[in-house]
Amino acid sequence: MKLFAPELWVLTGCLILFGVSLFKVSSRTVKLWVGFIALINIVVTSLTLFQEGPLFFNAYQIDLFSQLFKLLVAVGLGVVVLLGNEFPGIEKEVKAEYYLFMLLSSLGLMMVVSCVELLSLFIALELSSFALYLMVPMRDDRSGVRSQMESAAKYILFGVMATGIMLFGMSYLFGLTGTTYLGELLPRLHSIADQPAAVVGITMVLAGFFFKLGLFPFHFWLPDVYQGATNETTAFIASVPKLAAVALLIRVSALYLPEGQTASLLLGGLAVFSMFYGNLLALVQKDIKRMLGFSGIAHAGYVMLGILVLGETGYATSVFYIVAYLVMNLACFLVICNVAGKGENLQIDDLTGLYQRAPLLALILGISMFALAGIPPFAGFMGKFMLLTGALKQGYLAVVIMAAINTAISIYYYLSVVRVAYCSAADEVTPVPVSPLIKMAGVMLVLIILVMGIVPSTFLNMATQAIRTIL
Amino acid sequence: MNDFLIIKDGVAPFLSILIFLPLAGALLLFLTGNENFARFLALIVTLLTAAVSMPLYFGFDTTTAKYQFGEHHAWIPAFDINYTLGVDGISLLLVLMTTLLMPLCVLGSWKYIQKRVREFMVCLLIMEASMIGVFVALDFVLFYVLWEAMLIPMYLLIAIWGGPRKTYASIKFFLYTLAGSVMLLVAIIALYLHNNSFSIPMMMGQEYSSLFQVLVFLAFFLAFAIKVPMFPFHTWLPAAHVEAPTAGSVILASVLLKMGTYGFLRFCLPITPEATLFFVPYILWLSVAGILYGGFTALAQSDMKKLIAYSSVGHMGFVTLGIFVLNKNGIEGAILQMINHGVTTGALFLCVGMIYERTHSRELADATGIGKLMPWYVTFLGFFSLSSLAFPGTNSFVGEFLILVGGFTKYKIIAGCAIPGAVLAAAYMLRMLQKVVWGGTNNPAHSGLGDLNMREIATLAPLLLFVFWIGLSPEPFMEIMHTSVANLLDQVNSAGGAGISMATLIP
Repeated sequence: MKLFAPELWVLTGCLILFGVSLFKVSSRTVKLWVGFIALINIVVTSLTLFQEGPLFFNAYQIDLFSQLFKLLVAVGLGVVVLLGNEFPGIEKEVKAEYYLFMLLSSLGLMMVVSCVELLSLFIALELSSFALYLMVPMRDDRSGVRSQMESAAKYILFGVMATGIMLFGMSYLFGLTGTTYLGELLPRLHSIADQPAAVVGITMVLAGFFFKLGLFPFHFWLPDVYQGATNETTAFIASVPKLAAVALLIRVSALYLPEGQTASLLLGGLAVFSMFYGNLLALVQKDIKRMLGFSGIAHAGYVMLGILVLGETGYATSVFYIVAYLVMNLACFLVICNVAGKGENLQIDDLTGLYQRAPLLALILGISMFALAGIPPFAGFMGKFMLLTGALKQGYLAVVIMAAINTAISIYYYLSVVRVAYCSAADEVTPVPVSPLIKMAGVMLVLIILVMGIVPSTFLNMATQAIRTIL
Repeated sequence: MNDFLIIKDGVAPFLSILIFLPLAGALLLFLTGNENFARFLALIVTLLTAAVSMPLYFGFDTTTAKYQFGEHHAWIPAFDINYTLGVDGISLLLVLMTTLLMPLCVLGSWKYIQKRVREFMVCLLIMEASMIGVFVALDFVLFYVLWEAMLIPMYLLIAIWGGPRKTYASIKFFLYTLAGSVMLLVAIIALYLHNNSFSIPMMMGQEYSSLFQVLVFLAFFLAFAIKVPMFPFHTWLPAAHVEAPTAGSVILASVLLKMGTYGFLRFCLPITPEATLFFVPYILWLSVAGILYGGFTALAQSDMKKLIAYSSVGHMGFVTLGIFVLNKNGIEGAILQMINHGVTTGALFLCVGMIYERTHSRELADATGIGKLMPWYVTFLGFFSLSSLAFPGTNSFVGEFLILVGGFTKYKIIAGCAIPGAVLAAAYMLRMLQKVVWGGTNNPAHSGLGDLNMREIATLAPLLLFVFWIGLSPEPFMEIMHTSVANLLDQVNSAGGAGISMATLIP
């Protein structure tokens, strides 16, 4: 019971919201309820951080690794709920349902990181995905663009395809080893690692996770969904599921540790393609969410650097990087959600003269952009630095040089956002109203970005400890 | 392990204070609202920092090549990254120059900067902290973090307070320097994997394979040559200089460019000595090309700031020439010339800024004949121009003379080719001086021009003092570097070994 407390609490929250959605209540009430649920969720997950033990016939593993990721999911959810204010982009009638799906998705993601058995993992993953598929088209249609429908369709279709591939891969693994438990797969897989079927099986399973992470060539949905969904939905999709995807990738790639060399080559190739594709296309974007989408593809590539190293330090730095990415991304979206008061899509030019309209938001945006670009002394730099060190240690010189070149490319578009916000004056200065709570959250995020960049040791040690529990 | 570092108990951590005092000042500025107060606060903080740097000069032991005023703390143990600081004879002078210039930068932008003063001063102070940090960092990650962190405030200085083409200039500056330094990062990591340490002194004097040395050297070279900037990596410099506000130009010319040459001295020579020896001829010719190119282009400029910017390319060519002739005179001359260029060019940029504040033009044609109206101004301008063209008795003469002496001892032809650069400097400087001071026309727009006020005189006077102090009695400055330079040369020469040839590089 204690082990399952965070999931149970989110499930309770879902039920509460389900009840709420049956009646006509103001969106303010709904917001209060969700805020309450999200807050308690953070408390509960942090209380269970150091719990350990198996559940459900060993299909479900509670360890520091899973609990850390659950806490991160809870924090991500909390920030998205907070920064969404009253979710201006969502149709009034479905606000309660929208929150319900957001919680359901979080529940799925929290379960994903604990699953150590293929089928339960699959179900948890789909639980989170289907909720997301439903959140995208819930966007208020008053703008008349209807792009949310198109992006939702793309999301579902590509998502289902990825799921199919993943399920197919799982069937291979089951067929080869006769088990669906990750722990038993490992030793059996070692003896047959040279069989093509094993490689194909693992690769197909990984493909499903790559889809979640938005890694090239499974990225097609990403920019469109980012653009089509409301700002808050995008903030959620851009940060929280990616955490779970990284957790899964680590869990599964840890499976084929000694024989991982061929697979590493593949991962390295995908990482490089992702970086170039994401960064080059981000250069020409006008819509800021779309730009962040493409940059997200590039960042997925950076995260892979840690995973292809296949070792404790590599995984730990990947965890560090994805946490940094979560924080930097949320800080960006905090600004976007608040500048776009009516939930509209922002062009980069709409941020012109932000320093006059909302100095604090401009500062938060500036710092998160420099951090995403990987400029010291911010978290993004430390993350990238450790990833590069790890990869170079394993001899991936070419990959590292490519990553370094990509860092330089990415600066251009991140810098252009800073330039627009800081260096050009707005024609008319309409102050952006920012609530004290949002201000506080923004300052907190910036502080975390700084602390992770300047004294990363605490975070890194935590990540290393968590990784040790699964290796 | 830290036998290269002198850590004394009971001595105040001067170097840390030098880094964190400006940062604290920046934080304090963030919390204030009043713009005038921001100016005063920035001035006080920079003056305090300058005062804190004084014990470094007086307490410096010139008999040892070890790093002094050392500090060593663990920072990221998982990667053996430490917070290690220390100064030797090479970095001490640069630190002092930085701390002494910053109050003048604040004074120089007192009236020039009228909008967003508080943010401007915050940028200046963050710049100061990271510049000092770069010169005293003895851990490569710490060095890199500060080296890159400095880009942000400099970018903002140009992009927010710059001239009409500020966007172009600032982005070009940022991308150019960043592109160079990401390769530096890869080289740093490669060195770490070889030594299992990020400690800079530990990386010196190790055995590296020829190919490894050459690759690391090239990565270093790219980053530092862009920063210097050496011909042909200089194209960002004129744009950045012309668009930057006065204080930005001063910092760029006086300190930022020195980071490139400092990088050569601190990293290329002692860490990759064989590769350095291999590349020396090419770099020397590049330096000569820079000297001549900078001289000729400066001659053709009608914008005073551009003129000084291109002259910087030439002057820095002399510095790299001095460094890579790899002998005592050359390197000591180069270090002294780094300081001289900081003093003189910084002062010249301040002078141009003072005209610009009055006439809102930097064109030579518009400044013609203001000498009659501003006697104080032209006095200063005259002396600084003489210093820039290396007139005997001024600081630059000593530096350039030493560099040329160093050059002629080994590379007669190359040094001979650099001589016309000195003549060119005289030509463009005297041309500027002739127009501004003795130009005859009476420009009606100049009728209301006032001479320098006390604040402006206070800004320029300390620099003039250094022009003559170094020019007439350079020994107190040279004394500081003798031991460190000798040690550096030992490191380069002892590595001689079999040397690198093309044949050893291509398997």
